[in-house]
Amino acid sequence: MGIERHLNDTVHVTNLEWLVNWARKSSMWPLGFGLACCALEMIATFVSRYDLARFGMEVARPSPRHADLMIVSGTASKKMIPAVRRIYEQMTEPKWVIAMGACACTGGIYKNYAVVQGIDRHLPVDVYIPGCPPRPEALLDGILQLHAKVMKEQSIHNPRIGKIKVVER
Amino acid sequence: MPEEATAQSGYHSEIMELNLGPHHPSTHGVFRAIVELDGEIVVNVVPHLGYLHRGYEKTCENKHYHQVIPLAERCDYMGASSNSLVFCLTMEKILDVKVPERAQVIRVIMAELSRIFSHLFWLGTHGHDVGAMTPLFYMLREREEIMNLFELTAGGRLMPNYLRIGGLIRDLEEGFVERLRDFTNHFDQRVDEYETLLTKNVIYIDRTKGIGILSLEDAIALGVSGPMIRASGLRWDIRKTEPYCGYENYDFDIPVETGCDVYSRYLVRVAEMRQSNRILKQALDRLPEGEIRARKAGVIFPPQEEIYTKMESLIHHFMLVVEGLRPPIGDFYQCIESPRGELGCYIVSDGGPRPYRLKWRAPAFVNLESLAKMAKGNFFADLIAILSSVDIVLAEVDR
Amino acid sequence: MNQEQIQEQIASRFGAGAVQAAVMFRDQLTVQVPADQILDICRFLKEDPELSFDFLSFVGGVDRHPQTPRFEVVYQLSSLKQQHRFRIKVVIEEPEKGLAAVDSVTAIWPTADWHERETAEMFGITFKNHPDPRKLLLPDNWKIHPLRKDFPLYGTEEDTPDLPA
Repeated sequence: MGIERHLNDTVHVTNLEWLVNWARKSSMWPLGFGLACCALEMIATFVSRYDLARFGMEVARPSPRHADLMIVSGTASKKMIPAVRRIYEQMTEPKWVIAMGACACTGGIYKNYAVVQGIDRHLPVDVYIPGCPPRPEALLDGILQLHAKVMKEQSIHNPRIGKIKVVER
Repeated sequence: MPEEATAQSGYHSEIMELNLGPHHPSTHGVFRAIVELDGEIVVNVVPHLGYLHRGYEKTCENKHYHQVIPLAERCDYMGASSNSLVFCLTMEKILDVKVPERAQVIRVIMAELSRIFSHLFWLGTHGHDVGAMTPLFYMLREREEIMNLFELTAGGRLMPNYLRIGGLIRDLEEGFVERLRDFTNHFDQRVDEYETLLTKNVIYIDRTKGIGILSLEDAIALGVSGPMIRASGLRWDIRKTEPYCGYENYDFDIPVETGCDVYSRYLVRVAEMRQSNRILKQALDRLPEGEIRARKAGVIFPPQEEIYTKMESLIHHFMLVVEGLRPPIGDFYQCIESPRGELGCYIVSDGGPRPYRLKWRAPAFVNLESLAKMAKGNFFADLIAILSSVDIVLAEVDR
Repeated sequence: MNQEQIQEQIASRFGAGAVQAAVMFRDQLTVQVPADQILDICRFLKEDPELSFDFLSFVGGVDRHPQTPRFEVVYQLSSLKQQHRFRIKVVIEEPEKGLAAVDSVTAIWPTADWHERETAEMFGITFKNHPDPRKLLLPDNWKIHPLRKDFPLYGTEEDTPDLPA
């Protein structure tokens, strides 16, 4: 049944939105935003034992303009927030944020005057990965959940850019 | 020189201030510096710290003594067991508790594994900063083997949280000793392989020899310790001069170089990895049987089996967890040789269950003070190499 | 040299009043010296050939609120040549208006620079003649001294805001 069978499985028939989502999730370039200890586990996920390259994500760009995914790994202190926000704003659409580790999710074991109690006070977080630090398998699981989320997005009908005002002449 | 150029050619030149960080691929974390450049030559480096200030010392004043251990481990996340070691040693001196022999030997194993762990990562990222990307992947492979060993102790890959005041939390798993022996047997060859990548590499030597000179007088005046001062010629290692944990019983050398530059620091750290392996082999040979935690009622946690069988131990455990231990009033400073230098813990106790003041003498914080002196007069690209040779961990610098 | 001998050297050079208190705890001696003599005593400790304390491990503060005098500044010294360690401290009072002040030892040990900057911002102590008295770890627009005992651990919304500057 289906056109694909008749064409000897050389053609894949789908809708455009699925295709765009599939392309986005298959080569999502992370911005290595390693702040503290979780950065070490993030780096461990990139190398050969846990191998993030099989998801197309080994290209970790230091520049936010080139990156799609911001993995906030580590404690965000209040002094660092202006830099975090500026880097998030410099990332081009579409962009996603993973809060990796207890400190990025909720402040972690540092409940005091200097630490932001969760990076979601300043950025829209898509996936939270708890752990102190989370194992590389946990980070991979979080990334796969994010891929599943991206596949369900309405990327064509509802663009993630805010409404653009047209100014009357 | 810029003034002469201006006078001759009529150009106007001034010092350019460049902002480096806090988000930068080569700064090993959230480190920010304002670099004043005259063309490509660095005139001054002014570090701006605090981007990872997590209020560690204030938080510790509100925790019981045992609750400080996981916080302490996250201070220097590269060699986490050194931090809990210095804290536990300080508390054991204050409480006047003698740690059993088996626990001391295992602590030495954890400390040396942490040293190798930290130096491996340093080597990988230092090579990456200088332009050699290959060592990083090999070092991280090696680190995975060490993380397997850490996992066998208490479950955590990065922060095993294995040490307690008075000893260790539990005994070694079965299989740990065999795996560690395998590791020590092949590690020396691995270090030989890694040395073939960088030690005689012409590009690496060009980039690091003569760069970032820190003379011995400057190093002592600036409070620099650890591999940096050993690369400047001073034979000083706290494991030899003020031994703790039974280090006087181990036979190891202190690698010293006199080059005072980035290349010497590389040589010192690679040699230290070999010496740590030597200590590990000796520790495995002398591992005695015995208890892994001292016994002192009301102060040290009783053994796990006794809590479930004896009423007295259960009550002691309960009081210790709920009320905390009460050390005598006084202050004490204990330091150890961490992978970065002299790591010190100064505790002021007022008799209550919480530290009245916990001051963490972080070696990376003090070593970073020497950056400005080392970087003056070098090219900007060399600044990155010098910064990576200081081996900073921002969580320790900012606490 | 052991700890008591070092204390005797200080007392013999600067008079008995220079050693205001000496507490020995677990084989470590902490000697309290007057705040106005700290520079001279530190210079003596560094330059005397038998003592030669050329390495300053740290300069830290302790807040003894609500006791008066309120602050202690602790100097942990060590000698690389003679292989001994020593600890001295000064006790300073916070005046009615303004901040407690003590001389900076940066001229004697340049490493004290960053230690004193951190102690100054954490406790609100002024180090006189410090070459660069700026904040080190806290954001520039915060006007608080976190390690004081009367500062709450969680901070306050006005003093330690979560919003970008």
